[in-house]
Amino acid sequence: MSAQAAAVHGGGEYASTGIPNGKLGVWLFLASEIMLFATLFTTYVVLRISAPSWPRGWEELNVPLGALNTLVLITSSVTMVLAYAKAQARDKAGFYRYIGLTLALSFVFLIIKSFEYKAKFDRGHFPSTNIFFAIYFTLTGLHALHVIGGIVFNSGLALWGRRHWDHPLFAGRVECAGLYWHFVDIVWIFLFPALYLL
Amino acid sequence: MNSNAHASRHEASFWSRYVFSLDHKVIGLQYLFTSMFFLLSGFGMIMLLRWQLAFPGHPVPLVGGLISRLLPADWAPGGVLTPQFYNQLGAMHGTIMVFLGIVPLGVGAFGNYILPLQIGAPDMAFPRLNMMSYWLYLPGGLLMLASFLLPGGAAQSGWTSYVPLSIINPGQTVWLLAMVIIITSSLLGAVNFITTTLNMRAPGMTLGRMPVFVWSELVTAVLLLLAFPPLEAASILQLMDRVAGTSFYLPTGLVVAGQALKASGGGQPILWQHLFWFLAHPEVYVLILPAMGVVAEIIANGTRKPLFGYKEIVGSMIFIGGMSFVVWAHHMFLSGMTPALGNFFLVTTMIISVPSVAVLTCLIWSLKGGSIRFTTPMLFALAFLPLFGIGGLTGLPLGLTVTDIYLHDTYYVIGHFHYVVVTGTIIALMGGTYYWFPKWFGKRLNDFWGKVHFWGTVACMNGVFFPMFIQGLAGVQRRLYDPTAQLHNLTTQPMNVVSSFSAWLLFLFQIPFLVNIFYTIFKGERCEENPWEATTLEWACASPPPHGNFDKPPRVHRGPYEYSAPGARKDWIAQNAPEAA
Amino acid sequence: MTPNYGWGLPVQASTFAPNIDFGIWVIHVAMFAIFILWSIFFVYLLIRYRRKPGVAADHGEGHPLKSLIPDFFVLAFEIALIAFYAIPGWSRIKMTTPPAQEANVVEMVAEQFAWDFQYPGADGKFGRRDAKFMDSANPLGLDPQDSAGRDDVVSINELHVPLGKPTVIYMTSKDVIHSFFIPEFRVKQDAVPGMRIPVWFEPTKAGTYELACAQLCGVDHSMMRGDVVVQTPKEYEAWLKSQTPQNADNPAAKPPENPANEF
Repeated sequence: MSAQAAAVHGGGEYASTGIPNGKLGVWLFLASEIMLFATLFTTYVVLRISAPSWPRGWEELNVPLGALNTLVLITSSVTMVLAYAKAQARDKAGFYRYIGLTLALSFVFLIIKSFEYKAKFDRGHFPSTNIFFAIYFTLTGLHALHVIGGIVFNSGLALWGRRHWDHPLFAGRVECAGLYWHFVDIVWIFLFPALYLL
Repeated sequence: MNSNAHASRHEASFWSRYVFSLDHKVIGLQYLFTSMFFLLSGFGMIMLLRWQLAFPGHPVPLVGGLISRLLPADWAPGGVLTPQFYNQLGAMHGTIMVFLGIVPLGVGAFGNYILPLQIGAPDMAFPRLNMMSYWLYLPGGLLMLASFLLPGGAAQSGWTSYVPLSIINPGQTVWLLAMVIIITSSLLGAVNFITTTLNMRAPGMTLGRMPVFVWSELVTAVLLLLAFPPLEAASILQLMDRVAGTSFYLPTGLVVAGQALKASGGGQPILWQHLFWFLAHPEVYVLILPAMGVVAEIIANGTRKPLFGYKEIVGSMIFIGGMSFVVWAHHMFLSGMTPALGNFFLVTTMIISVPSVAVLTCLIWSLKGGSIRFTTPMLFALAFLPLFGIGGLTGLPLGLTVTDIYLHDTYYVIGHFHYVVVTGTIIALMGGTYYWFPKWFGKRLNDFWGKVHFWGTVACMNGVFFPMFIQGLAGVQRRLYDPTAQLHNLTTQPMNVVSSFSAWLLFLFQIPFLVNIFYTIFKGERCEENPWEATTLEWACASPPPHGNFDKPPRVHRGPYEYSAPGARKDWIAQNAPEAA
Repeated sequence: MTPNYGWGLPVQASTFAPNIDFGIWVIHVAMFAIFILWSIFFVYLLIRYRRKPGVAADHGEGHPLKSLIPDFFVLAFEIALIAFYAIPGWSRIKMTTPPAQEANVVEMVAEQFAWDFQYPGADGKFGRRDAKFMDSANPLGLDPQDSAGRDDVVSINELHVPLGKPTVIYMTSKDVIHSFFIPEFRVKQDAVPGMRIPVWFEPTKAGTYELACAQLCGVDHSMMRGDVVVQTPKEYEAWLKSQTPQNADNPAAKPPENPANEF
């Protein structure tokens, strides 16, 4: 690999941090995402503290479904890690098995979420109903958009891997996708107790 | 991207070489010309608005009649601006200048083009992300401009978009959508800049040998990365309030124009202000840091000696970056937030003024012992020093809680921030344009017209903004469609006339600059590769550099400003010149 | 044009004004001094160190710590300002409100584009307000059934205050954020819908002053002004008595015929 190409991929003879470009980039991106969700969580805290009354999460939201979704996402993080392990070990079949499982679980998450939303709408609960539902729909909605983003990226990676399995950056990209996916999972792990259990 | 795909692009079409280029230099020039276009549009808006300020109620000459013909509503019947249109011009002027003008110029243009060169890299870490950043900026910016075509007009609640006004006013939804696009563009750029600077420095280019300009862009990128997301979140919430009927920011019981507002209530107007200023304060350091970096480069080169206090300058910039996250509510002393918070932000604001003074001091002190060449870029860099000084000093009575009681939301504030951003940042970036033009196009801008541009611009800028301090001390408020409707503004009304004529004259003085740029690009004579005899790495390759910049990674053996080294043959030694035999 | 305003700071008509003006003056004197000294030094450097043929620049660095000396002066100046001026001043002006017994209390509702004032009348109590009672004749939405509000006086865009005691105004807004600004009193405070925020001042000179809106509030923001009339206590009482209370003509506000049935 030429020195030029080495530079583009980070490291080589260039003065660098030692972390490959893609991974450093994803960590930086995640820092910005933390700020994004932190802002919404802060908003939730501020509005809740200053509200004269606020419903209990379990009174308005479906805790069993939420808990199931939590399990689904955590499992998908595990399958994502396994997909990365298989990619590193150059086990193509194994990789596709686990990335497929991750994608399937992501869809399950979204399907469960859509059942939840529909139940709310049927009962006349919309973002405009009150502040509780406003923050619920906004936080979970933005999170769901991030899940969709993860699905798009993981699918794209899986498709790309069919012809570029031997690309030297492939495993690294799976790792980066994994980092993002774990972040999406962690946000939900904060969201679930904050909205459903308090 | 693997090397094969990369190589195949070299035989590529016009589209992939000039439009969807992955080369940081092409993208940098795209940002340069696009940001100049937006700066001129924002300037045009304020020239219109300033007519109404100087001569309230009088029809705007020349263009007055066009307004109602070009726009969907009768915004200027008989050529007289309506208050709605006045407010649109005001809000859009601020928004466009900050988000579509200065940041894309200082970061997208200068940063993109020069940073990889100054660290000896072949390109940015993520060329495709770089291209995406630009191709989010342009549509986002055009969407912002297009909002003038909405039936209700463009956003008209100030660039600060305070709620509940911005929720009940027209134009704001498009503003919010455009901001989400523009913020995404910036975030992608920030990831790129930080990764590139940390991971792709040429061998020998330790962090301590990076030019000050690179440090300024690095700190700026960190600010953009961490400060923009809260505004993105806050904008999403405001968007929800406008289109989804939520009430994040709307308290219960609002009555607008005699009708109770249909909203669920329970929201907090001040929450928007906290979230907005949490970004917008670091944003002002995003506006000034690259400019300080540019000035540092030009001064080191123009004095033929190393900068005074390199470590102090860099340390101050990093400190400013960190502190900028904890001063935001000095914009909110009178907002109705708990008054005790005022004391906290008073102290942090005073603290952050110290490193700014430190940077300025080091830059001035750098002149001592120098052999100063008064080239055109040097004139701009030198003018920056006292003028930014005025801007910085006038921040003091505003940052002090007690005096801010009187000065808040007056013209004093407008004078202060325009001194910092216009006579500060814009002057610096103009200087940077003269300085790096030979790098970008292989030709030098005409020196005579450069000096005409310089003197006219500096004089007129002062003519526009200095009277504002006088108006502010008299208590004249901001954002007034008709300042003469209030008694206490009448005496200083002539200052509006002075500012307006200076603004129109300022525009005329930009004509030589624009003509100079385009004439030189197409008809100018080639100049030497390193006309300023500069030491930093961007001058160690061809002008303009080829794709990939350097034949092989330059090897760096010394700091960035080895001018007038004792015993050396020439008064400058390039960073990558071989070590002395 | 009244002599209240000119080219500089307006006339001082409240107890805050000399204090705030002092701060403005001190800072401006310091800013001028700093600017002029630095500019002289700057011009000197430009002349002394301009390029001269045959004279090289000086590569060596002076002790960088020297550069921090101006920073220390600035820091010391700022610390003094904060400790001796800003914190005490802010505490007095914004963190304490004169107790109701010692003050003249007024309620105010800001709206697009007017200032609506409510005076408590002889009983010293403010009538209840509710949005459902708001109309053009009753901009504050005073509850006609509330006995405390029967003697309340309402004035639009005109605030009367007596000399000799502080006036405290509890402010809110109907619609958007406005800002209550009286230049001659050096007083300013945002009025935020959904919040009830106090602002206070003690006038020192009789006369008529200007109330201006200092936060963009819509198309007629520049028209949103009022008059603040400072009177002697006697004149103020006389004025109050001459005003017809908001609900005086309202049949619903008349006391019930049989007082024994009131609860």
